[in-house]
Amino acid sequence: MQVKKLSTDILIIGGGTAGIFAGITIAEESDANVLILEKAYIKRSGCLAAGVNALNAYICEGQKPEDYANYAMNDAHGIARYDLLLSMSQKLNSVTKKLEDLGLVILKDENGKYVLRGNRNIKINGENIKPILAKAVENHPKISVMNGVNAVEYAVKDGKAIGAYGVSVNNNIFYVIEAKAVICATGGAAGIYRPNNPGFSRHKMWYPPFNTGAGYAMGIRAGAEMTTFEMRFIALRCKDTIAPTGTIAQGVGARQINSLGEDYGIKYGFTTSQRVYGTVKENIEGRGPCYLETKGISQEQTADLYKAYLNMAPSQTLKWIESGKSPDVQNVEIEGTEPYIIGGHTASGYWVSDDRSTSIKGLYAAGDVAGGCPQKYVTGALAEGEIAAHSALSYIKGQTLTSISDEDIDIQFRKSTKYLNNTHSTYSINDLEEAMQTIMDTYAGGIKTNYQYNQIQLTVASEKINELIQLSEKLTAKNTRDLTKIFELKDRLEVARVLIKHLESRKETRWHSFAENTDYPQEDDRYLVYINSTTLNGETKMIFRPLIKEGQKHEHID
Amino acid sequence: MSILINQNKCIGCGKCTVVCPGNLVHLTKDNKAKISNIKDCWGCCSCLKECLVGALKLFLGADVGGQGYTLYAKDKGDISDWIIEENETPKAKITLNKKDANKY
Ligand SMILES: Cc1cc2nc3c(=O)[nH]c(=O)nc-3n(C[C@H](O)[C@H](O)[C@H](O)COP(=O)(O)OP(=O)(O)OC[C@H]3O[C@@H](n4cnc5c(N)ncnc54)[C@H](O)[C@@H]3O)c2cc1C
Ligand code: SF4
Ligand code: SF4
Repeated sequence: MQVKKLSTDILIIGGGTAGIFAGITIAEESDANVLILEKAYIKRSGCLAAGVNALNAYICEGQKPEDYANYAMNDAHGIARYDLLLSMSQKLNSVTKKLEDLGLVILKDENGKYVLRGNRNIKINGENIKPILAKAVENHPKISVMNGVNAVEYAVKDGKAIGAYGVSVNNNIFYVIEAKAVICATGGAAGIYRPNNPGFSRHKMWYPPFNTGAGYAMGIRAGAEMTTFEMRFIALRCKDTIAPTGTIAQGVGARQINSLGEDYGIKYGFTTSQRVYGTVKENIEGRGPCYLETKGISQEQTADLYKAYLNMAPSQTLKWIESGKSPDVQNVEIEGTEPYIIGGHTASGYWVSDDRSTSIKGLYAAGDVAGGCPQKYVTGALAEGEIAAHSALSYIKGQTLTSISDEDIDIQFRKSTKYLNNTHSTYSINDLEEAMQTIMDTYAGGIKTNYQYNQIQLTVASEKINELIQLSEKLTAKNTRDLTKIFELKDRLEVARVLIKHLESRKETRWHSFAENTDYPQEDDRYLVYINSTTLNGETKMIFRPLIKEGQKHEHID
Repeated sequence: MSILINQNKCIGCGKCTVVCPGNLVHLTKDNKAKISNIKDCWGCCSCLKECLVGALKLFLGADVGGQGYTLYAKDKGDISDWIIEENETPKAKITLNKKDANKY
């Protein structure tokens, strides 16, 4: 395998929503060199690959950024960062304008105003949102992009990020990239828990199965402080296709009903976690399955739903047509997904300051990988990309490139490529992935246990995940594609290991389903704290931090 | 959930191989598209939107209620036709205009 060394002013890891926007911001506002490292190809990578339905975070007329921040604080039952939510919310509308200027189609009324969907959403044609963003990058000569390179580790010296290492997915190249600052935008983590359809359609999940938590894992291994992993995200989705439901619920105003036809929402409440919990409970108590009540909608509404789904989740339109049961004649069954770790919906991720700097100097985080700031969605990820870009730009002013030593390169090279030299493993990469998902499902609150867990189960989960971490060291790779899969598995295992610690630490049930601790089934005000963690030499230490209230900001202290 | 590849139709242009968010599609030595592991597909349809000859089609696994139908897209600039087939016989065609926003 060849070693290639490169350098840049700012390295962006992950060419998704936040990463691309950070790149555009840097190129437009400075002369700095910027390099985007993307494991797939930026035209269709990450969350936006299939398209999205609406812009879920927008400050509609009559609303203020503070209203959005308060809404998200409330939805998180108090465990989110008001400072982060506010700085994000203040940018939601300007990034939307920018998206429109780049070519995104947004629905407008006869007066040229955006057509609203509820209080916070606007309607778009989101099918080509990723190609639009990718094109903006490709039109910018100052942005370099490396597609098909999987970042595997940060280079850190004296507590400062000085670059990263990556391995080409399709070629025998090991990359060493030196940078004055690094922005992590690798998205969240799917595939840690056993999915809804573990057989042939195991990858038919809602969150992209290729976002494997690499950014979290690299941060954990580098000693970065992480927050609120225990607030898992479980989505309520269309059964089988795991397609989003908001389009039906908000688009045609469908009620959420049980098998008796009762609207059960009011019984459980309307925060994101309460909606999932209600559906779980109705099933446990024998009133399942649950549905979105679409029966009786018009032919025109049905046709519009077919189109809307082709623009973001084509499998749902296929399902309606091939089953012969269109939504106007049959209600749409809904179910909860397996738990994901996603800082763009819930609050798990890097513990950052208001400027999106992490606890490692020179390392910034934006989008689903950044914690404390839930409900950010597409526009929030763009906003954070912009904030991180501004912060990285001011940071590099006083910085020179630090050279990554040959010795460090050699150590990392051996660590990353040893699987190509391993000669015997009893287990395949897939075997260990399935084992991890089964363990998490059974002992750490997966679908199997209706998302519930207790301390005894978590102890078992912890032991078994540690065993798998040991076993994963022996895996063998024939080529760089296998290597990528091994890194993905190892990253997920690392996230799972830290997640279990977080679940153990929150001895209460603040969010039903998202963190349903049967030893402590009630909310407990002593846990009105952020639960954070740092890892040093494989040992994870928990930190309880007081809530940052309205008007306060968190700044890292050296 | 996965894609079916009709290698007889494939002209080996390679466009589908670059866009997959999971790096799953590759060209064989004789320049035919091939998916590395059919179970790894997310069903996002990025690959089939690139294919101008209709060699790539999405289908639902039997485990998620698939009945063997397929779906593919014919891109015609601002318009794209989505075609649903049973045994290669068209059952439905839905035309989307990229300039139209979703009503929902
Ligand atoms: C199916 C789906 C539908 C959604 N619908 C909507 C919607 O309608 N409206 C809305 O507002 N929001 C929606 N969201 C949420 C929104 O899309 C996300 O919150 C947002 O796009 C996240 O942006 P991100 O930059 O953090 O992640 P992504 O856009 O996923 O970017 C992460 C990037 O990092 C790359 N990457 C990962 N690991 C590595 C590595 N090790 N090395 C190099 N690169 C790596 C990935 O390939 C990817 O390109 C949806 C999300 C999903 C999954
Ligand atoms: S549908 Fe998406 S995930 Fe599946 S092979 Fe095509 S591009 Fe890849
Ligand atoms: S895009 Fe179509 S024709 Fe081109 S390589 Fe892929 S399958 Fe073959």
